[in-house]
Amino acid sequence: MMTQIPEMRSTEELREKWKTPEVITGSEILLRSLVLEGVDTVFGYPGGAVLYIYDALYGFNDFKHVLTRHEQGAIHAADGYARASGKTGVCIATSGPGATNLVTGIATAYMDSVPLVVITGNVFSSLIGTDAFQEADITGITMPITKHSYLVRNVEDLPRIIHEAFHIASTGRKGPVLIDIPKDVSAAKTLFTPVTSVNLRGYNPRTVPNKLQLDKLVRAISEAERPIIIAGGGVIYSGAHEEMCEFVKRTEIPITTTLLGLGVFPSGDDLWMGMPGMHGTYTANNAIQQCDLLINIGARFDDRVTGKLDGFAPKAKIVHIDIDPAEIGKNISPDIPIVGDVKTVLEMLNPEVKRASNADAWRAQIAQWKVDKPLRYTDSDIELKPQWVIELINDTTKGEAIVTTDVGQHQMWAAQYYKFNHPRSWVTSGGLGTMGFGLPSAIGAQMAYPERLVVSINGDGGMQMCSQELAICAIHNIPVKIVVLNNEVLGMVRQWQNLIYEKRYSYTDLAGSPNFVKLAEAYGVKGILATTKEEARAAWQEALETPGPVLVEFRVSKDENVYPMVTQGSTIDQMLMGDE
Amino acid sequence: MERNTISVLVNDQPGVLQRVSGLFGRRGFNIESITVGQSEEAGLSRMVIVTLGDDDQLEQIEKQLYKLIDVIKVVDLSAKPMVARELALIKVKAEPSERPEIMGVVETFRASVVDIGSTSLLVQVVGDTQKIDAMIELLKPYGIRELSRTGVTAMIRGNVQ
Repeated sequence: MMTQIPEMRSTEELREKWKTPEVITGSEILLRSLVLEGVDTVFGYPGGAVLYIYDALYGFNDFKHVLTRHEQGAIHAADGYARASGKTGVCIATSGPGATNLVTGIATAYMDSVPLVVITGNVFSSLIGTDAFQEADITGITMPITKHSYLVRNVEDLPRIIHEAFHIASTGRKGPVLIDIPKDVSAAKTLFTPVTSVNLRGYNPRTVPNKLQLDKLVRAISEAERPIIIAGGGVIYSGAHEEMCEFVKRTEIPITTTLLGLGVFPSGDDLWMGMPGMHGTYTANNAIQQCDLLINIGARFDDRVTGKLDGFAPKAKIVHIDIDPAEIGKNISPDIPIVGDVKTVLEMLNPEVKRASNADAWRAQIAQWKVDKPLRYTDSDIELKPQWVIELINDTTKGEAIVTTDVGQHQMWAAQYYKFNHPRSWVTSGGLGTMGFGLPSAIGAQMAYPERLVVSINGDGGMQMCSQELAICAIHNIPVKIVVLNNEVLGMVRQWQNLIYEKRYSYTDLAGSPNFVKLAEAYGVKGILATTKEEARAAWQEALETPGPVLVEFRVSKDENVYPMVTQGSTIDQMLMGDE
Repeated sequence: MERNTISVLVNDQPGVLQRVSGLFGRRGFNIESITVGQSEEAGLSRMVIVTLGDDDQLEQIEKQLYKLIDVIKVVDLSAKPMVARELALIKVKAEPSERPEIMGVVETFRASVVDIGSTSLLVQVVGDTQKIDAMIELLKPYGIRELSRTGVTAMIRGNVQ
């Protein structure tokens, strides 16, 4: 069982209780404000500059605080919590190294538009700028990777700043906001009155689209002979998956979902083409290259999706729907730009659109591609194939688990072979590609949904980048099922060396990695090893039937590559299929 | 590549110049000059930035600037008739015998001499960038010891804001 935490008081109850202004410290203001923002879980790690904050946390029971074993674990956990739940994730770290250890996690969240509020301590205000012990200019360091940041100078500003931070993080194009609190500010006392409104002149995200552009899109759909949809993470973030499905149902336009968009549309549907891009399906990539209408909904034309930009979707009229005006025209100039919240846009579009009636031959073509060129791999009876393991996980969980991944080959195989049916069931670092993300993000996702099955799929490389968080799984009995696809190499980098760098395997051999089963056991987590299909089935079944956390190490083939693969600089229909 | 002048109204907050200049740097936008000062409204500063780039880049600059929470308003001044001015201080080598000649140049440009040293003159000139460039060219033969330019500040002509 999870560590027993006393019954939490309701936010409403506390709001009422705290309505009367009261003189309290900055630390208490922080904690109360977090509760009032609806925060129920905070991940953090204490240190000198946040001692007042942690002192206020002593015996504080109105939200859970999870002590991770590294600040990077804390922020990835907050990120996993946010991606799975849709709520804003919160983490706390101390000044200097505590804060700089968050940097990778902040950048990860920023690239994938994940709402986080990141609290850091800083040295006393009087010491800032003096190279004091554990001082770092964290607002300066993180300026390029935060949506906004604050250095709190007066305790009186704290309630407003916290409220603004949550507002900014969770609206418009979401993202991480950092609040840096000097030690004296967290100690200082002031009259606390909760803040409930924001006044930000420079921040008014536009959610309602221009009707004229929508009309153009409706007309384009009625005329198109070869239309497709690319749906991205923006659909999930705006909570628009039902509207998205409705849109596809009405128009019957084939849809491909990007890495971050997996789950916005049921993968079993005939109109679903799989993922596009570098490791996308033959069908999705050819459909993009041959379509005459490309409707991008909440994706950002990332280079891993577009391949060579010049030759991308050469025959298509391009429609780009995005909440962030700066995404429109950044990589590709659309013919029909639509700035707005995806949910609002689709709600307005759905009553207007009809079945794309000129596209029957196109639908047939796509169905044919799906039959002719499905994802495939050559199975083996001698060694375990990683794709087979993902299929095993998919078959036994029926696509209903929350899956988190690390970064590399296993991530792409999970994206290809796990068949998602629901939004917010897929937690992966897409933009930044952060190794070490898989385990802590699973802990966060499991904290958000204690009752759901959470599977964390990792490689042997990434598993070692945040393995210390196994401790958290054990202490709190967080029942994450941790998969390690151990091929004893840094697989994705090795794949490039194999295909492009003439098999010069420079420093991608990970020999000397620990025995993962024993590593798990050292932390008090059950570990199981599987080297054959028979063992794999049994081990995985045992993992699913074990109530607490389990790590299963699958020893898989070393020479397996991810296919299809578009090499850099090629258009996306130039795919290596693995059978050349 | 065109020279564009944009005006950016920002919250007068610590770090706001870093936010704006950092954005230009990491997105690969060029800054030819940047000036910052008070605006007509308390609590807001106005930056005037001269940048080289094509139309697409200018559009991206505006959009990216608007993503900064502290940016209130961005105006492409060079898209409209504008007045653009900068000030330069030029310390030019001037033996007493050369002074009258240099004074002649200064008067022609409606510039002024703001300090006189035993072997130098400190010239102040205000005008658009071309005028200041021309002034500098004319003073070069005498020997420029030190040059300091403010960068361009600018405003749209007429009643529009």
